[in-house]
Amino acid sequence: MSSIISVANLSKTYGSGFKALKNVNLDIKRGEIFALLGPNGAGKTTLISIICGIANPSEGRVLVGGEDIQTSYRKARSLIGLVPQELHTDAFESVWATVSFSRGLFGKPKNPAHIEKVLKDLSLWDKKDNKIITLSGGMKRRVMIAKALSHEPQILFLDEPTAGVDVELRKGMWEVVRTLQQSGVTIILTTHYIEEAEEMADRIGVINKGEIVLIEDKTTLMQKLGKKRLTLHLQGKLAALPESLKDYELELCDAGTTLVYDYDTKGERTGITSLLGDLRTAGIRFNDLDTTQSSLEDIFVDLVRTS
Amino acid sequence: MNHRAIRAIYLFEMARTWRTLLQSIVSPVVSTSLYFVVFGAAIGSRISQVEGVSYGTFIVPGLIMLSVLTQSIANASFGIYFPKFTGTIYEILSAPISYFEIVLGYVGAAATKSIILGLIILATAGLFVPLHIQHPVWMLTFLVLTAVTFSLFGFIIGIWADGFEKLQMIPMLVVTPLTFLGGSFYSIDMLPPTWRTVALLNPVVYLISGFRWSFYEIADVSVSVSIGMTVAFLVVCLVVIWWIFRTGYRLKN
Repeated sequence: MSSIISVANLSKTYGSGFKALKNVNLDIKRGEIFALLGPNGAGKTTLISIICGIANPSEGRVLVGGEDIQTSYRKARSLIGLVPQELHTDAFESVWATVSFSRGLFGKPKNPAHIEKVLKDLSLWDKKDNKIITLSGGMKRRVMIAKALSHEPQILFLDEPTAGVDVELRKGMWEVVRTLQQSGVTIILTTHYIEEAEEMADRIGVINKGEIVLIEDKTTLMQKLGKKRLTLHLQGKLAALPESLKDYELELCDAGTTLVYDYDTKGERTGITSLLGDLRTAGIRFNDLDTTQSSLEDIFVDLVRTS
Repeated sequence: MNHRAIRAIYLFEMARTWRTLLQSIVSPVVSTSLYFVVFGAAIGSRISQVEGVSYGTFIVPGLIMLSVLTQSIANASFGIYFPKFTGTIYEILSAPISYFEIVLGYVGAAATKSIILGLIILATAGLFVPLHIQHPVWMLTFLVLTAVTFSLFGFIIGIWADGFEKLQMIPMLVVTPLTFLGGSFYSIDMLPPTWRTVALLNPVVYLISGFRWSFYEIADVSVSVSIGMTVAFLVVCLVVIWWIFRTGYRLKN
């Protein structure tokens, strides 16, 4: 798949001296759903703002559809639809007027049939004459998506699309995103809901403190999710691991009172039976045991902590 | 050139005018009519003619200018400040539209509104006093030039302002006094020599003088100086706006 967005050595330093992005390199493939994960203040919105033309880069280059966002901004921007995080709307405009305005702003000729389709797809058709101020938060969010889709973009940025949106609406939003992808739109969404990335994305990128710390196919990441962890709470304190247990790559934690064993549930053998046997032989007794599954969230938290 | 985008911004801004018709058009017309009643009829009846023109007639160009100046600034500053305030500016900044086109849309709409307003006030004035326009083309030229220049100035204020207070500050503290002291209601020849010199430092004097000349061929300063000063101010505003967009001042991080 070819890249539709190519970010090379992108850095952003704000006037205050704060480095929001540090040498970011990122390629978004045409037609994919890319989820950009990161804690608050990681640089997600800054990255999107630069690609969309709302903020200026300090260094580096961004190509959108092969067009430079600075020297060929008209072509680059016309490919993009942006749904920002905050609900910025013209409160006193009607839904129809504000969505039509967006289409005009992007230089597209009037096309009421397209606007009608967008509004119907987003279940906004019966609200088309309502003033935006009278709509609920979820509807306003959909109006913003409708605005972004009004000019038939090839790329859609969704910055925290489901922040503050109830579960039902969130699932509806995911449905909309999937349909869009089927129609050929490339989607980049930022989120801090891991669940959302798991549910939606083809690829996942993690950004922290302005740096991309991971980009991986979701399926590869999900394989890592197959890992489980066995934690044994020992009866006594263990000063060191006996030689006979070296092969298990055990971890001795909590001042020698806990043993941790990671195993692959999808592997042929988990090694649990032999481990328990060898523990008994070594005379190591335990009070309790539990197993946990590492989630994308653990991977994410781990990455964010160590980066 | 993204014509459709300019049109979209222009029509969006004009739609705001029609939506707030009372505030945009009716209120300036009412207040101007009050000026005619107070200055023209009540006080004017006790003032003899000014340079061969009755006082009520004399103040018409100044009153139109007063409204055109303040409304141009108010329209344009609010037009660009409001999207900044609500955050909808993100869409303008992310659209495939040049800075020139953005200015054309916003300033074009603001200037259109104040030109319409100026003509409505002119028509209203016609109901109170006899009017004769010696140089209609020049009158329109001054009207358009002033509306555009001060809409550009308003646009700058709208970008600069980071609160509603600042949005009001320049029009209230600077523009209104300059307009009142700029010869709206008197000829600066009526001032003592020292004050007359001070008044010549006021750019509004040149606008009103030129505009009044196009009506009655009465001017405080020569017409070419009036045009020169207006164009100079226009150029200053354009340079400031060019700088704003080049640096992203208060628009882009």
